[in-house]
Amino acid sequence: MGGGTGNFLRALAASKGGLIGAVLLLAFVLLTAAAPLLPVPGPTQSNLRARLQPPTLSLTEIGAHPLGTDNIGRDMLSRILHGGQLTLAVGAAAVVLGGVVGVLLGIVAGYRGGMWDRVLMRLVDIQLAFPLMLLALIIAAALGPSVRNLIIVLALTSWTRYARIVRGQTLAVREREFVQSARAIAASPWRIMTRHILPNVMTPALVVATLELARVIILEAALSFLGLGVQPPWPSWGRMLAEGRTYMASAWWIAAFPGLAIMLTVLSVNLLGDWLRDYFDPKLK
Amino acid sequence: MSAAAASAGPILAVENLKRHYVTAGFLGRGKYTVKAVDGVSFAIGRGETFGLVGESGSGKSTTGRLVLRLEEPTSGRVRFEGEDISALPQSALKPVRRRMQIVFQDPYAALNPRMTVGNFVGEPLVVHGVAPDREDRMARVAALFRKVGLDPRFVDRYPHQFSGGQRQRVGIARAIALEPSLIVADEPITALDVSIQAQIINLFQDLQEQLGLAYLFIAHDLSMVRYLCHRLAVMWRGRIVELGPTEAIFEDPRHPYTKALLSSVPIPDPDRERNRQRLVFDPDTLRAAPDQPMVEVAAGHFVLA
Ligand SMILES: Nc1ncnc2c1ncn2[C@@H]1O[C@H](COP(=O)(O)OP(=O)(O)OP(=O)(O)O)[C@@H](O)[C@H]1O
Ligand SMILES: [Mg+2]
Repeated sequence: MGGGTGNFLRALAASKGGLIGAVLLLAFVLLTAAAPLLPVPGPTQSNLRARLQPPTLSLTEIGAHPLGTDNIGRDMLSRILHGGQLTLAVGAAAVVLGGVVGVLLGIVAGYRGGMWDRVLMRLVDIQLAFPLMLLALIIAAALGPSVRNLIIVLALTSWTRYARIVRGQTLAVREREFVQSARAIAASPWRIMTRHILPNVMTPALVVATLELARVIILEAALSFLGLGVQPPWPSWGRMLAEGRTYMASAWWIAAFPGLAIMLTVLSVNLLGDWLRDYFDPKLK
Repeated sequence: MSAAAASAGPILAVENLKRHYVTAGFLGRGKYTVKAVDGVSFAIGRGETFGLVGESGSGKSTTGRLVLRLEEPTSGRVRFEGEDISALPQSALKPVRRRMQIVFQDPYAALNPRMTVGNFVGEPLVVHGVAPDREDRMARVAALFRKVGLDPRFVDRYPHQFSGGQRQRVGIARAIALEPSLIVADEPITALDVSIQAQIINLFQDLQEQLGLAYLFIAHDLSMVRYLCHRLAVMWRGRIVELGPTEAIFEDPRHPYTKALLSSVPIPDPDRERNRQRLVFDPDTLRAAPDQPMVEVAAGHFVLA
């Protein structure tokens, strides 16, 4: 690409959507990472006398809860900030892990064909046919609840989506003449797959990744509920959203704020993903 | 030339080459075999331009891919610089691939849209460890650009920034990067504007003179073939029906298919053009047995009778 980081940042600054997405995402990451340093109550600290308080703008009040409190009086702002740590880290890790595995296997299946293709696509079928909740329960029982296991399960549900799309794209790309030309100069299969096929299947993979982030964040709530991942009372956005649903009629803010946080994160990643796609497309330079 | 020892024989000798595709029939019922290439033999001398013509689907491209071992033959032999390469495992082909290269028809599909043209032209040098040092390599790439008539300042651009003719030059630069002795050119000018075609043909000729290249030149356009090729083979349904010096075939075509093919070429002389009659070829007149040898009707001029 040439130019490196400087060029990249300059191009990012010049785009509207990409910049908004990047700033938004960066703000989320920094705020959640800095949550323990901010002057907010602990995320698990409950106060039964301050239950179900609505959001308020009067920050002068001692012990004010700007985003309100939940059903046992925990500060929503604090829970959003602390919960974001887990949600963003788990979401990013699952999307990257699932994406790398899925793209790699999709390219190998598509380019190598034959045995490779049959075995890998059969694996995809098995994965898709296997009930997710059963898989989550088995892993939770076998390995115990932990963030690592949560990421593994999420990535397991995710890689198949990349693999199928990338395999299809690879089947089309490998028939193009520049791939034959690479074989004619005795380029190794590894070189052909990484230099000639990978860059030409990245666009659909990036689209899948932005969609997957949203799905994985929501799914994390369900899996935490089944006992995988970090346990209550420690918050995550997905679980806060799930728990808040019961109070939708009486205390809308319990579900609304984690929902908004998820929405803004997904939106920022989408904006950034769109821009990245264009950035890596030489036709649009 | 490094291969002076082998310079006596032909650079490429193809013997009874076959490629049959077995395809499942409609709804998987029954199988039928497409005999894309069905017993083709020819030889190309050093520095020679050998034309391969024939209608669409006659097996020309498949022959080209078989010669380069981009596809595995069903049977038959390919000898390159005296060595039988048809039995070599792919891993042993690497040194051979330095010496034979390909140029494609479609200049849009032939270049990787996500790779700069400089890296694309320099890739064979990386793969073969010829210029591992980047600076050295880029200097060689610049020289290659100049050789094919491209401005070396464009090395960092992407294919979409070039016209069809320029892209074809990029493809040619990549093909000659390792200084091969044979290039298979599969309809390299068919997709280009007529005004550009002549320039690319001239480039092929210049490079042949400078580098002593031999060409297997696959083509549709017979007038270009007549101008460019020393010898010619006419393919029909996977077989060569006529082979000989270009002028001999144009002046004295013997096979009914060749006659029909040539009758479709416009003649530059208006008087003769007016009287030109298009012949229709009746496939049933060809009744050559599968293993029938060709007959030499004049010096070096063979016909499948
Ligand atoms: N991978 C394949 N599987 C099955 N059939 C094939 C395959 N590749 C080529 N064929 C068939 O082999 C025959 C010869 O094809 P080939 O591409 O060599 O023809 P060609 O002379 O180059 O034609 P054109 O002038 O259109 O390029 C065609 O009938 C084609 O359909
Ligand atoms: Mg062809």
